Amino acid sequence: MIKINTPVDEEKIRSLKVGDEVLISGSIVTARDRAHKYMVEERPDDIRGDLENSIIYHCGPVMKKHDDGTWEVVAAGPTTSIREEIYQADVMEEYKVRGVIGKGGMGPKTLAGLAKTGAVYLHAIGGASQVLARTVVSVPRVYKLEEFGVPESFWVFTVKDFPAVVTMDSHGGSLHDKILATAEEEFRSIVDSL
Amino acid sequence: MIAGVDRDGLAESLVELIRRTTSKLPDDVIKRLKEYRTKEEPGKMACRTLDTIMENVDMAQSASRPICQDTGTVTFDIQHPLGARQSEIREIVKEAVVAATAKNYLRPNVVDSLTGEIKSDNIGVGHPVIHFEQWDNDYLEVTLVLKGGGCENVGAQYTLPQPALKAGRDINGVKKVVLDMVVKAQGKGCAPGVLGIAIGGDRAEGYAIAKKQLKRKLDDINPNPVLAELEGWVVEQANRLGVGPMGFGGKTTLFGAKATTLDRIPASYFVSISYMCWAYRRRTMTIRNGEVQHD
Repeated sequence: MIKINTPVDEEKIRSLKVGDEVLISGSIVTARDRAHKYMVEERPDDIRGDLENSIIYHCGPVMKKHDDGTWEVVAAGPTTSIREEIYQADVMEEYKVRGVIGKGGMGPKTLAGLAKTGAVYLHAIGGASQVLARTVVSVPRVYKLEEFGVPESFWVFTVKDFPAVVTMDSHGGSLHDKILATAEEEFRSIVDSL
Repeated sequence: MIAGVDRDGLAESLVELIRRTTSKLPDDVIKRLKEYRTKEEPGKMACRTLDTIMENVDMAQSASRPICQDTGTVTFDIQHPLGARQSEIREIVKEAVVAATAKNYLRPNVVDSLTGEIKSDNIGVGHPVIHFEQWDNDYLEVTLVLKGGGCENVGAQYTLPQPALKAGRDINGVKKVVLDMVVKAQGKGCAPGVLGIAIGGDRAEGYAIAKKQLKRKLDDINPNPVLAELEGWVVEQANRLGVGPMGFGGKTTLFGAKATTLDRIPASYFVSISYMCWAYRRRTMTIRNGEVQHD
């Protein structure tokens, strides 16, 4: 297990390789479909401080607001990342993001973006919303809650030992490409035998 | 009164159905996931991923919290005796959904498709989905399925023939397109998953009936031997693809497949596939003479 503490520098991120298992601590920021569209189209500045040298989490959590105004994470696993493929590389470059946590992997544009910016794609276990919510220590801030709603807002989470696996690195490596190629080859041999 | 319960009683039992569905996986699903866990090599990512999944299942159950944060499209299948008023049941179901959302059993998950407005109580146009069927029994049966977007998005509908796959209008053609869907889905639908498959029908009925297969218990046996063979073949071959839990690689890509047919018209030959993730949230309750029973 490799410990990653945010803010994290480019050198540390570039040292990571596909297959490395990491535990993330520090501040991470949720952003999914609307948030990515918004970041690319409107380039908001208020979130810059939270994103620089930090990690984006593709997640739409279930949240509970306490009477004192603080937030508790009820459930928070990753959502499918590939929907952000058209935005991700630009978002990482613009906001100097060092990593993206999600599920399912991403495509060639993001892979090229990881190499250019110096960032990694971190795969968390989809559906494991309780195991992952347990790692959230506090929720210091939220952006765009009124407009985007609970699942699509930018939630800033302080996490301790959030587990993930590097499945795309800054050296062009992608576990997803490898698994897909093997599956396609096996598929051809199965259907040819029918 | 519906099946012997009053309005408040029905609303309360529906909230409990939602709590159970969001936080407790059905026994047949847990049993099957545990069986597949033993097939994976200890220490490998596939095995540890299934361990984390089981830990998550236990945590959700003991805390009555959502197994997955995507509490999905909320779909009720309601079978009721003659004389029950569907409009009244519909209102009570909506009340229960609002109450369950306030208790955080459901995420505020409904968005206006044009304006982007969030319906924070989960009541929207066409949501929750409610299917009614009046039957000849004297009791009410409600099945709730919560299906997240990740797995819904990887579902697919093919028309046969498919020249690129050399898939013709026969059972081998069906096998080819179903397996093609599994290859394309990779881990994106939160593998390991279960497929609901419908052969035939039109586009709308095909998908509807494919989804309905997900109401079946994993250990049931298809009475049609051709379909039973298809179900077994799909799981066995999909597990040779090496996709594995979450697409990390491994032997467990599917842990079930359920197939059925609809007759078709000569020009159309649809194969419709609905993919359910490992967080297979499906629960049933029955109400008979005022007595509520949960599965």
